Amino acid sequence: MIPLFRIQGVSKRYSGVRALEDARLECGRGRIHAVLGENGAGKSTLIKVMSGVVIPDAGLIEIDGKPITLNGPASASRAGIVSVFQELSLMPDLSVADNIGITNPPRKFGLIDQRAQRRLAEQALAQVGCEDVHPLALVRDLPLSRRQMVEIAKAVARQPKIMILDEATSALTAADVQRVFTLLKRLRNDGLAIVYISHRMSEIEELADDCSVYRNGRHVSTFTAGTKTPDEIVEMMIGREVSHAYPPKPASRGAADGSGQKVDDGKPPTLDVKHLSWSGRLHDIDLSVRAGEIVGLGGLDGQGQREFFLALFGVLRGVSGQIQINGKTISVDSPKAAKQPDIGIALVPEDRKTDGLMLPMSVRDNLTFAALDHLSRAGVISFSDEMRATSEMVDRLKIKAPDVDEAVGTLSGGNQQKVVIAKWLLNAPRVILLNDPTRGIDVGTKQEIYLLLRKLADEGVAVLLYSTDYAELIGCCDRVAVFFDGRIVRWLQGDEMTEHALVASALNIDAPTRVGGETGLHL
Amino acid sequence: MNLEEFRFRFREHRGAFAATAMFVAIFALFIAKYQTGWTVPVITTAANKGVLLAIVAMAQTLPVLTAGIDLSVGMVFVLANCLASHLVVGTPAQAALGIVVVLAVGTLCGLINGLIIVYGRLQPIITTMATGTIYFGLALALRPVPGGGVQEDLADLLTGAQLGGIPSSLLVLMAIVVLVWMPYRRSTIGRGALAIGSAEGAAYMSGVPINRTKVVAYTLSGLLAALGGLFLTFITYSGEASMALGGTYTLNSIAAVVIGGTSLAGGAGSAIGSIFGAFVLRTIGDLLFVFDLDPLWQPLFQGVILLVAVSLGSLQLLKLRNRLDMFK
Repeated sequence: MIPLFRIQGVSKRYSGVRALEDARLECGRGRIHAVLGENGAGKSTLIKVMSGVVIPDAGLIEIDGKPITLNGPASASRAGIVSVFQELSLMPDLSVADNIGITNPPRKFGLIDQRAQRRLAEQALAQVGCEDVHPLALVRDLPLSRRQMVEIAKAVARQPKIMILDEATSALTAADVQRVFTLLKRLRNDGLAIVYISHRMSEIEELADDCSVYRNGRHVSTFTAGTKTPDEIVEMMIGREVSHAYPPKPASRGAADGSGQKVDDGKPPTLDVKHLSWSGRLHDIDLSVRAGEIVGLGGLDGQGQREFFLALFGVLRGVSGQIQINGKTISVDSPKAAKQPDIGIALVPEDRKTDGLMLPMSVRDNLTFAALDHLSRAGVISFSDEMRATSEMVDRLKIKAPDVDEAVGTLSGGNQQKVVIAKWLLNAPRVILLNDPTRGIDVGTKQEIYLLLRKLADEGVAVLLYSTDYAELIGCCDRVAVFFDGRIVRWLQGDEMTEHALVASALNIDAPTRVGGETGLHL
Repeated sequence: MNLEEFRFRFREHRGAFAATAMFVAIFALFIAKYQTGWTVPVITTAANKGVLLAIVAMAQTLPVLTAGIDLSVGMVFVLANCLASHLVVGTPAQAALGIVVVLAVGTLCGLINGLIIVYGRLQPIITTMATGTIYFGLALALRPVPGGGVQEDLADLLTGAQLGGIPSSLLVLMAIVVLVWMPYRRSTIGRGALAIGSAEGAAYMSGVPINRTKVVAYTLSGLLAALGGLFLTFITYSGEASMALGGTYTLNSIAAVVIGGTSLAGGAGSAIGSIFGAFVLRTIGDLLFVFDLDPLWQPLFQGVILLVAVSLGSLQLLKLRNRLDMFK
């Protein structure tokens, strides 16, 4: 039998880096096909190809056995493919009904038929069990969880043949997840082909008919749901070749009480966070880092790691809980406050091009931005101090820049990242937060960054490292806090820090299932 | 319409409602102070001035809704004025043909703006500044010195008063709203414009034809600006290539759009709001006059009103939970 939807041999490279190679996926009528894989496995590229956002370099996409070309979301939509994305595709200033009807609203005399559109919206909302959302409400005014339901209603209203859901339940309440599941099962019975991507094993277990595992941009295996154990699936998801050398860690100083705390040396930890919560996205986070320690944040992407850093750095409003530096409670309400000498928190942000650097400005300007207070007198920047600080950092981090007055945007990615780190080192921070600092960086520079982090720790800096690369966490960190859903679900240290343990706890498969309360885990 | 429904409608159009309320308040003050001078010619003149800016403000609204801007509206307005002073003359049939040509030229100006912005991937602000200068150059070539004429019967009909003292210009404005704005707002292309202004990425992902929608917004803007220029000719009976006039109308149109509750960030607002925004700006001048204040105060009051309107729009920034979002 010809599957409704088939992808064969699809490959995609971004500036030479493989995102997807020889990918394949089949989904038949009335089937739910789950796609699994860890960070960087190629899932999101695969979805973008299926929904026409990314045009693959090679490969074949077929619907009903007929090859089709997708050159934009509009053409995917015409082919009957509708995607529900994690990043919402809603227009906040438009009403719910306008959003639901945006692609192809009901028309009368060529103009949008408001009444018919409203009925359509009401039906779609009823289908997803969201009668409490008024079709005339502006999307801007809805809470995130309702918006995600509207997003799903919008997809349903387009009456797709093939529906793709990418982490579509990540912001939903348990009751809403159940509603979505009921809906998806009904759509499956109606003959839709559904591709379902989720980080939640329990959801996949409840929904999936077939599963495909991806790793490193390649298809690993496809099997019928229920024929593999979670352990076997985790094995398929990991197994990346580890080829980096990591600097040796100091002899294990960790206590064995499972909390991940280091042996108490009498001094308070450099950074001590208690009961930190924010806006329904971070929940009761307890974490401490001692001087000389590198603590990793693990877990899948988007589980609150980024928000946790932003909360510590004073970017978020309405953060509750207590933050102590060297035993003194502090309150940080801006990055400017965070960098003051008595607090000394530095953040190397996730996106160096937008949040880390001013690309058109010179290497020197970028290096000294955060430390201008020390390098100026009466508001005038001392050129000699600035040059001295710049050359010190260029030497220390071996930044390869032809000229420090050259725009920082002309440097390689690795050297740009070094500039971001050096910028903060000029401030002599007590705590340095690094958000995936080696993403998109060459192997050599990665190595140098690992060495640098260990050296900083040895000099007494408290280092917090979030990385999407599990091998890196294992290689660099003294212990790792695994994030899931805005909480720390597990602490790993010493020999517990294995790729298997990291992936398993990142998927939170030790915890009770969110849906239905069952814990049976056979897929 | 039940109460709940009204609440949502109000929420969606609260900018326009605020502008209307502001206009009603200022106008009430004006009437209260100026009862004696309340004659048909006075009202007609006031309405004509208001409608002129209102039409140009409507033209500005369309690009602004897509999160763009059109700095050439004032120049297209002037160009249409100069062209009309040559063409909209003679027999009624000749004048009608002239009107069609004037409007077609304005539409073409807007189309050129749209095509350059969309396919040349240039920023609207600089593109329309450049094309605006070109359009002004054409206007100057057409009318090196002020002069020309217009079909006077038509002019008197459209700028005079109708039965019961209702100014014809208000009827013209209403006709433009009903024939241009309302169908646009109800069409998929107009809805698409709001979607693009609200979240261009999301609009693209929803299959909205981005390029076509933007081009149409700028093209319609050109058409409306030309309508404004045509109306100016009917009021002045002549054409003049005045750089100052074009510049003033461009800037005032942006002010009117903002006072009318349309966000310069795009996505939210309406041309109806802009009309009342234009009326507010115009009435301030008249108000200062009846209160015997020096006209020198007018820019100050306009500035204050503009600041108040903008502040109302940014109140929601106070609710942001992630300060980084302020910069996006």
